[in-house]
Formats: sequence, C-alpha cells, structure tokens
Amino acid sequence: MNDPFIMARSVNVFYGDKQALFDVDLDIEEKRVTALIGPSGCGKSTFLRAINRMNDLIPICRFAGSLKISGHEIYDPDVDVVALRAQVGMVFQKPNPFPKSIFENVAYGLKIHKMTSSKTELADRVEWSLKSAGLWDEIADRLDEPGNSLSGGQQQRLCIARTIAVEPKVILMDEPCSALDPIATAVVEDLIDGLRKDFTIVIVTHSMQQAARISQRTAFFHLGNLVEVGDTKTVFTNPQEERTQNYITGRIG
Amino acid sequence: MTDFIDKAGFGLKARHRAEKRFQWTGRLAILISLAFLAWMVVTIMIGASGAVRLVQIAVPVDLSVENVDPDDIAGAGYGAIIKQGLRAQFPEVSKRAEKKRLYNLVSPEGSFELERQVLSDPTLLGGTPLVWVTASDDLSLYVRGKINTDLPEDQRQISDQEIAWVDQIQDQGRIRNVANWGFLTNGDSREPEIAGILAAFVGSALSLSVCFLLSFPVGIAAATYLEEFAPANRVSDVIEVNINNLAAVPSIVFGLLGLSIFLGYFGLPRSSPLVGGMVLSLMTLPTIIIASRASLKSVPPSIKEAALAIGATPVQAVFHHVFPVALPGMMTGAIVGMARALGDTAPLLMIGMVAFIVDVPRSILEPATALPVQIFLWADSPERAFSEKTSAAIIVLLVFLVAMNMVAILLRRKLEQRF
Repeated sequence: MNDPFIMARSVNVFYGDKQALFDVDLDIEEKRVTALIGPSGCGKSTFLRAINRMNDLIPICRFAGSLKISGHEIYDPDVDVVALRAQVGMVFQKPNPFPKSIFENVAYGLKIHKMTSSKTELADRVEWSLKSAGLWDEIADRLDEPGNSLSGGQQQRLCIARTIAVEPKVILMDEPCSALDPIATAVVEDLIDGLRKDFTIVIVTHSMQQAARISQRTAFFHLGNLVEVGDTKTVFTNPQEERTQNYITGRIG
Repeated sequence: MTDFIDKAGFGLKARHRAEKRFQWTGRLAILISLAFLAWMVVTIMIGASGAVRLVQIAVPVDLSVENVDPDDIAGAGYGAIIKQGLRAQFPEVSKRAEKKRLYNLVSPEGSFELERQVLSDPTLLGGTPLVWVTASDDLSLYVRGKINTDLPEDQRQISDQEIAWVDQIQDQGRIRNVANWGFLTNGDSREPEIAGILAAFVGSALSLSVCFLLSFPVGIAAATYLEEFAPANRVSDVIEVNINNLAAVPSIVFGLLGLSIFLGYFGLPRSSPLVGGMVLSLMTLPTIIIASRASLKSVPPSIKEAALAIGATPVQAVFHHVFPVALPGMMTGAIVGMARALGDTAPLLMIGMVAFIVDVPRSILEPATALPVQIFLWADSPERAFSEKTSAAIIVLLVFLVAMNMVAILLRRKLEQRF
C-alpha cells in the first residue's frame, strides 16, 4: 500500500513548557479536503501550522515527531523552509491581502519564485489564478486597485488566488470563512470544493456544518489529542468515540 | 404625567458640570499656549522689522583723474574718496576726533561698494557724482527712530553733533531706505549693517544634509534589524535599553564625543559641516531608531505571515511588505530628529562651528557655522543693531524648519497614497 500524501507520526508540539499536541498520528490523503475540527484550544490550528512550519516563527515553539509530505521528512535539518512553504500554501483566518494592487497580490509569489519568464506569461498566470479563485469576473477591470478595497469575501478569494498562483501541492486553510458573511462563505466553500481536483486541502473550521459540506475526511481534536479520524460521513453519522459524539451533538465545545 | 427623561436623576447635573468644566479647562489651556505663541511671533516680527531695511546715504564723490587712475580703477583709495566727499559737505569739521565721527556715518563697507559701482559703470569716472553707500549701524538706528534722543548725550550711541549732521543730510534728501537683500546674500560681518545670514544658512543646510544621509539609512537599517531579525536575547535587551537612554543624553555630550573622536582621533577638519553633521547624526540616530521601531511594530503581523506563507524569505517579507507600510512612520521619526538637529547649538559649539565665518562655505570640509549658532553669536554681540539681526535670523531658522517639515510631510503623504 502507498504511503499517504501527508503522514504525521507521534507529533508533539510544545509552547515553552506547555504541550499543545500529544502523539498525533494522522494521515492526509492527496487531492481530498480534510477538515480538522474540535473546540477552541484543542490543537487543530497548531497541527495545521506544523505542516508548513509556520510554528517556527514562534520562538518558544518546539516540534517533536515525524511529519512527512510525499515521503520527505519536513523537519529534517536540511529542509529549506522557504521551499517548503512554496509547496505548502496557507490561507489565514482574517483575509490579509498585501497592501498592494490586486495584480501585485497575485503576481508577488510568481515574481519571487521566478516562475514566469515574461510579462505576458505573468499576466496570464495571474489571470488563471484569479479565474481559479472565481474572482476574475468581478475584478477583471480593476486589477490596479488596492487589494484592501475589495469586500471581505473577495479579499479572502484574492488570498486564495495568491496562494494557488505558485501552484503548491498542499493548501492549508485556517478557518478561512470565520470572518465572512454567509453568502461569501458559500462562495468560498464552492471554491474549495472546486480546488480539490488540483490540490490537497487541509482546513481548520469551527463550523461542523462546513466540515460536513466540504470535506471528505474529518479529524476531531480534543485537548491536544487526535480523538478520531475517518470519512466525514462516518464521523458525523456514526462516530466511534464518545467524545466525538458529544462534540458534534453540542454537548462539549 | 411624570417626566420620563428626569434631568435631576442619576446625578446628571454634577456629571454634566464636570464635563463642561473639563472642556473649558482644555480650551483655556489651548488659548494660553496660543497667546504665548502669538506673543512670541509678534515680538520676533517687530524685532526683525528693522533688519529688512537698509539705510543708505548719498555721498558726493570726486572721481577725477587725480583720485582714480582710469587705467587702474581697482588701485584707487576709495575709502579716502568717501571721506573727502563727507568733509566737502561739512567743511567746518577740522578736529581729528570730529573728523573720525564724521567718517563713521558711512559703513566701512562703503569703500568697497563705491569701488564696485565704479568698476561696473566706468562712465562715473571724471565727474563728481552722488553715490549711494550703506550707512553705519548707529546712523541707521537713529534714522529709524530706534535711538532715544531724550537721553543725556553721553548715554546714547550718537552725539548731538552727529544728529545735526544727519538731520542736515536728511533734509537734502540724501538718506534713503532700501530693501536689505544683503541680509540673505551676505556672510557674517563685524558690521551689523552688512552682516548676513547666508553663510550660516548654507552651513546648516550642509550639516543637516550630512546628518540626514548618515542617520536616516543607518537608523532605519538598525531599527529594521532590531525589530524584525534580531534574536530575542540578553544582547538585544542591552542594546534596546542603551538606545532608549541615548535618546535622553544631553546633546552637548555628543559634541564632546565628536570633539574627541572625529576631531581628536580621526583628525577631520574642525568647524566643518561634515563633522557638524556627524555629531548631529549621533544625536538624531536614537530618535529615528525608536520611532522606526514603533512604526515597524504597528504593521499588522498578518502581512508578514502572508508573505512567509507563500515562500518569501524573511528579508523579502520585511522589505517587500512590512517596510513600505512602515516607511511613512519612519519619516515622521526622521522629521522629529532633524528638527531637533536643526535647532541644536550645544554640540556644534564643541566642534568649533561657533567661529566667525564671513565666507559662504562651498563644501562640507570648509569652516562653517549654523543658524542657531549664528543667532547665539549675534544675540551675544554688543552692537545694538545686531538685535534686529537676531530676530531676523530666528525667522529664517523657523522658515527653514517649516520648509523642511513641509517637504517631509509631502513626501510622506505621497508614500502613504500607495495603498
């Protein structure tokens, strides 16, 4: 049997003396949407940020265990974090476009990674990214306007366009819809569903309905432990663990 | 029906009174400061009013061949020609002391002015034209009514005899007021009537340029490194505490440092804008670093995270995204620092920029003085006419300051408009 695309084994993460994750073993399959759910402070965001090593930015944060993407151990000392993050993109909770034009927001990653060789290629690539993020039709004639002038939902889709422009293998999303209204949320959810055929997506969400709507697999975290992981349908209709049952029925959380 | 909105309830009367009291205290405070500011500005303006006018006196000068050789115009004794012209007007003056006082009606600069006029217009030669030359400072003060003639003769700068002469010349229409452009185009002088601000202005401009070129790049580089890249350890803490302390060190200490290191050890030219600018940049650096760090800190970390998350290196994340957002704030820090540097005298005194400089410095290595030092020097001079110059120089300093800040603010606004 093939190894799963992302394979976490005995992952422990510490913030100073405080342990945030305990021996997490989790497999994430390629070109699927995996949802990480659980109450606040359960470690799901910590796990997500371990996948592209964003936790490295926190000086007191320490990682132990093994995390392999496509067979490569990403915590090996000789791994270049910059190259890793080019392959594992991230969309944040609050839309955070660069304080630059819409075009520059998307073109930035392509420019720093020197992924295009001409101006027209760059423009084509930006257009493709914005189309893939379902934003092109709305902003095609105002590419020079600042990214901050868009609405919240548009900004978040701009951030997704920016992420997919550099064609990462994995896209991590940290509660991407929590700052959006229901209509914008629906648009972004449709988008995530469409991106599944090209990208492996890991999404942290507080909304169980959202997890049920868009994910194929769901992992439930509680107090730093991975309680249960399985097909979304199974987890929500026939959970194996009592704690999962309690959470999805609203008794803990 | 009872009043639903009961004004007496909730202790509202006292609360509204407190509100009013506070607002009026605030207004009063602003009013007092504005009054003092207006007072200051008006006083300076009145003081400077004399300096914008120059009193000239017309002297009949004998430019015949005996006095000026047409083949050697520059070799003539123009001082003597003016004295001769003055004597011709008042033939009764014969005593040596009296003659000396008569000659003092004309500024010592008068002979050079006459020479320049003759050189530029040789047709004057041969005749006895009336030539306008700058009057002495005492005469100027008297003509402008700045000398109290009710005082006993021995207590004022101008004697009864001189007053009689001046009145007589004035009756002939041979005294006039002209705009004193020389104040803006001359260097310093021992004679208040021809002393100008240009040398000090250029000295200040050169020093501040050096100061800006040194402290702005170094300051923002240091701030960026400390804020974004430096590891959080004991060394960083020590550096941070020291920078904060340096910002509070009296500027004369930096002057002493410049004296012993830049002049004493490196042997750089004394009194030069180069050393002045270096000393001022020592003083400005902590201000710029502290303001720049605060400005960097205020940039939302999400922007940097976004850049890192698509694979930018930390340096790219900072310089492409954090830095442009923080730049206007850094400029504000630079404005504050430069404004302080412009007005500071103490460190410049230590490195010899307090010298009497007549020539306008043409490079940062030539001796120069600075505007605040020039103000200090003039305020210290015994001649009364220098007090007008002091006020005028203060106005020049303020205009310089306002202009500099305006440029910086316009630049900042331009940078801010980029999203």
